[in-house]
Amino acid sequence: MSAHPAVEVRDLRKEFIRRDGRRNGRVRRRRVAALHDVSFTLARGECVAILGQNGSGKSTLVRVLSTLLLFEGGSAHVFGIDVSARPRAVQRLVNRVSVEASFFKRMSPAENLSYSARFYGLTPRQTRTAIPAILQRVGFPPERRGEPMEDLSRGMQQKIALARALLTSPVLLLLDEPTTGLDPRSKLEVQELVRNLRREHDCTILLCTHDMAEAEALADRVGILHAGRLLALDTPAEIRSRYDAATLEDAFMAATGRSFEDEAEIESEVHA
Amino acid sequence: MKRQASLAVRRELIGFAGIIERNTYLIRRFAWWELAWFLYTIANTLTIVFIAKGVEAAGYQLDVNRETIVLLIGAVVWSYLGLVFEIETETVAWERWEGTIEYTFMAPLSRPAHLLGMGAFAVIYGVLRTVLLFGLVAAVLNVHFGHPDFLAAALVLAVSSLSFVGIGMMTAVLPLVSPEKGTQLGFIAQGLLLVVSGVYYPVSVLPQWMQWISVVSPATYTLDGARRAVLDGAGPVAVWGDIWPLILTGVIAIPLGLYVFSRGERYAKRHGRLKRSG
Repeated sequence: MSAHPAVEVRDLRKEFIRRDGRRNGRVRRRRVAALHDVSFTLARGECVAILGQNGSGKSTLVRVLSTLLLFEGGSAHVFGIDVSARPRAVQRLVNRVSVEASFFKRMSPAENLSYSARFYGLTPRQTRTAIPAILQRVGFPPERRGEPMEDLSRGMQQKIALARALLTSPVLLLLDEPTTGLDPRSKLEVQELVRNLRREHDCTILLCTHDMAEAEALADRVGILHAGRLLALDTPAEIRSRYDAATLEDAFMAATGRSFEDEAEIESEVHA
Repeated sequence: MKRQASLAVRRELIGFAGIIERNTYLIRRFAWWELAWFLYTIANTLTIVFIAKGVEAAGYQLDVNRETIVLLIGAVVWSYLGLVFEIETETVAWERWEGTIEYTFMAPLSRPAHLLGMGAFAVIYGVLRTVLLFGLVAAVLNVHFGHPDFLAAALVLAVSSLSFVGIGMMTAVLPLVSPEKGTQLGFIAQGLLLVVSGVYYPVSVLPQWMQWISVVSPATYTLDGARRAVLDGAGPVAVWGDIWPLILTGVIAIPLGLYVFSRGERYAKRHGRLKRSG
């Protein structure tokens, strides 16, 4: 496993079929590429942030690496394992935190963590000690672990989402806008958890975000994904230098020709 | 190699238990809703079984006790089948709605373990509810059973569960393919299955083409076997004629259900249908 890069993506292409109005009474459909021949490599233990607007293909990339989407062209390997040929082997190595903290809302954090841990082969004896430990680690108050998820704040829910991912000891963690919609305090707490995770565990992180400061603070390298194309992937300093920009935001605008305020427009062009 | 295989089986069994654990939590968290639904099922069942007394009151001659049991078994099997389909189909729809489906589908749990886990939960919960429903309604109506063989009836229901779980897997794929209307289509499958199976009437009253379909419906044999066991006291050997077709349909329905679901999952993964917004 160690001889291979953590992630190796080559000429990855993912298309969706979208309705495109009617002609002569018949529904017209067209193929829209959400990922255009994307290629990159993540070294083991590295944290790479992919910057992009809504609809740029970030979540599609995360879903492909999570085995949730089948793709049309190219290849994707996780620690040398082909994502499309051996999805089960990849699933054992990967976990994910997405923008929505997706849980059974009536169930408690402990119940949500417990059943999902079983899917990764953790026994009740293991989770009896692992769940309180992981909740403590993410700073979740122990007296609230029996409350329904719907009674918890977004920040608390996102901590549980992180705990759910960490419980399965993933060697590749996919973070898809994990702090979007959080208040500043919760955002900083989640970012600190990610930093701690990198310090304490041999974990590779792919962080998809549209938060420039977050990308710069957490990642070793930053990629710019625009309309399904990976325009650049380098250290923040190199990216700034390449586009002769003072900030990462300026570099992003120079690379894409757009600001983040243009999201609505691009979303109608490419939506994954 | 052997150790790896046994580890893989162990992991699958833990995941299988995880599905049962999750559904148990859900039932517990929605206990009052479950109770309300159960009360509705009792009322619904009573509405049907009172028909026998109603027919007698209208001046027709019939063995009210026997016809009440015939209707009761029909209503109870309908309720059981509905619950199995509901758990299989609605859990997928529910997971889609909550957004947890992506986490379930990206977990290293095989689809057979996942779907059979849901099926096992549906059978356990369904049998408990069915026994309670049957007992309560029979007590309310003061039905006399004579010399029933409840064990043989339970055996018929248990064997039929294989087929129902298999068909449930096929209906469970519908919310994946059509997030908006898939669940309702599951109810249609349940209705179609029972209408040809003699749920409240003998299959012989159906038009010929419906009778041909009834031959391949597992519900036909479930209803026939359960009625013969409860009404005539037929034992397991006597109801073998109903059990072997149920075994046969079960052996076909489960692999077919898994295949259909895997095709649906592949479609959903190809077209991005797993995510919440559809």
